[in-house]
Amino acid sequence: MKATTTRTADRGTDIRTDPEAGMTKRIEVSGLNAYYGSHKAVEDISMTMEPRSVTAFIGPSGCGKSTFIRTLNRMHELIPGASVDGSVALDGQDLYGSEIDPVAVRRTVGMVFQRPNPFPTMSIYDNVAAGLKLAGIKRKGDLDAIVERSLRGANLWTEVKDRLNKPGAGLSGGQQQRLCIARAIAVEPQVLLMDEPCSALDPISTLAIEDLIALLKERYTIVIVTHNMQQAARVSDKTAFFNLAGPGQPGRLVEIGDTETIFSAPTEESTADYIAGRFG
Amino acid sequence: MTVLDTGDKRPGIGTDAVEVGRAGLADPRAASLTRRTLPRQVPWAIAGGGVLLTIVFKLTLDNWALAVFLAGVIFIGVLSAVSWRFEDARRARDRFATSLISTAFVLAVLPLVSVLGYTIQRGYGKLSPYFLSHSMRGVGARDDTGGIYHAIIGTLEQVGLAALIAVPIGLLTAIYLVEYGRGRLAKTVTFFVDVMTGLPSIVAGLFIYAFWIMMLGFQASGFAGSLALMILMLPTVVRSAEEMLKLVPNELREASLALGIPKWRTVLKVVLPTAFGGIVTGVMLSIARVIGETAPLLLLVGLTQSINTDPFSGWQSALPLYVFDQNHAGNQFAEDRAWAAALTLIVIVMILNLAARLIARWKAPKAGR
Repeated sequence: MKATTTRTADRGTDIRTDPEAGMTKRIEVSGLNAYYGSHKAVEDISMTMEPRSVTAFIGPSGCGKSTFIRTLNRMHELIPGASVDGSVALDGQDLYGSEIDPVAVRRTVGMVFQRPNPFPTMSIYDNVAAGLKLAGIKRKGDLDAIVERSLRGANLWTEVKDRLNKPGAGLSGGQQQRLCIARAIAVEPQVLLMDEPCSALDPISTLAIEDLIALLKERYTIVIVTHNMQQAARVSDKTAFFNLAGPGQPGRLVEIGDTETIFSAPTEESTADYIAGRFG
Repeated sequence: MTVLDTGDKRPGIGTDAVEVGRAGLADPRAASLTRRTLPRQVPWAIAGGGVLLTIVFKLTLDNWALAVFLAGVIFIGVLSAVSWRFEDARRARDRFATSLISTAFVLAVLPLVSVLGYTIQRGYGKLSPYFLSHSMRGVGARDDTGGIYHAIIGTLEQVGLAALIAVPIGLLTAIYLVEYGRGRLAKTVTFFVDVMTGLPSIVAGLFIYAFWIMMLGFQASGFAGSLALMILMLPTVVRSAEEMLKLVPNELREASLALGIPKWRTVLKVVLPTAFGGIVTGVMLSIARVIGETAPLLLLVGLTQSINTDPFSGWQSALPLYVFDQNHAGNQFAEDRAWAAALTLIVIVMILNLAARLIARWKAPKAGR
């Protein structure tokens, strides 16, 4: 918590108002539309992601899962021409409010991408420390401790502790992805978004990351996009199914519910069809 | 061709396919993975014949260019024909294309190598510590003394100053275009950079002459030359840096931004270091592009035979100017000096290039384990 308070001091709008309130936050989305230029990619999404739980997004390719997850930390608007309307509230505070600093949002809502993307010019150590160092919010002294804690948290410490100064790009794919997770949790976000984090990985690395998600959910609100039904069933507490009416149509949220319910007795027929592999 | 009597008139089925199919049934070897191949020595033997032929042509026609051309054409023809006869059509085409490409490579390299070779041959003898450390001050037409120290100083200072101005401006422009630029302004900048790429150097020189010397009333100096060189460097720096920045995967920018790192720090600490090697190479290319410029310097730098270390006041010299000047002096010693100065210029470019490569390698993204 000490880290949180030091960081609160030097940035204009910090949305972590109360450091004692705990790490995780509830995300409430209502009436959210996302656009690429004039093309509407995601339409009218309202849902709630609970703290200390894993919410999985499933659905066919192109249904807007990735677009939607990127609206949760204001990464969507970085694409030229992209825009969002509706609201995303983090413990009641609208992330799209006019006084909100997107940089602060991204520091609070971390993200892990589909393909591992360690910084190629940096060592393993510097990759993990990058968020803190480059945002200019940490002195050298406590960096060592944070790097070790983050690497332990990402279940990578024992594999890399003897070569922290080697380039991060020299690790295997699975290790690189865990390095990216370590990098994301080093800045102590309150929410962790994962956009198909295992799609480029082999089953063993996938298992390692799923174990990691189970550990991380005790401290973070986790949202994960996955194409792997078993993975959604294994790791998530809630599952949201997205679909689109047809090519060129915007993606919509079909239903969201407890993972067990969605996988055993979904309300919508299309969800059952998708899970059973009858389409998509 | 036995294909004709199969009666197979179905469209879309090539005769080759039918032939191979039939042969495959008749003879299992035809469908095997081996093919008749010329022994490895044969193309070389034919090439040797080509060289002999060149000499014969040279002796009969007494014209090197014609001899090499004729022998080359005959070599390619014979090699393809032999391959066609003893191998198969695809191999023959392959050998034909390979020979053409090799020939093109030799033709492309030949002028480069001969320029370099001839410059070394003519210039090497004159190079000496004395030549590198003395100016032309008080050297008469019949003296074998004199050197290029003043010209080296001039070139290094003028190009250095030009780079000092052009690299930051060019780099910032490239960063603007790749990371921030959208819409009309970015398009306009790109357009003008493209136009500037084709700017004749004398025009840059005249522009600075009109602006700096006639309008603002400054005297000719090394710095006036730097300004012209800067104009010539700028588009190359912008263009190469732009391409290098575009090569940086967008995932890295997103990874950095998703960590809550502000955009300017992302550009400074993630994008630029990743593109660093390429940017250094681009800067070196732009320096190599302007270090041999003569025309604008003729207008702007003046031409002095003595040492002037101050690029901001008084006339200077420069290596290309020196070569120009000595070549016009019209005596044997001056001609030797011109060649030696040209060689020095090439060596300086080479040293800068090597240095850039070393820096680029030292800073390059590492993937070692």
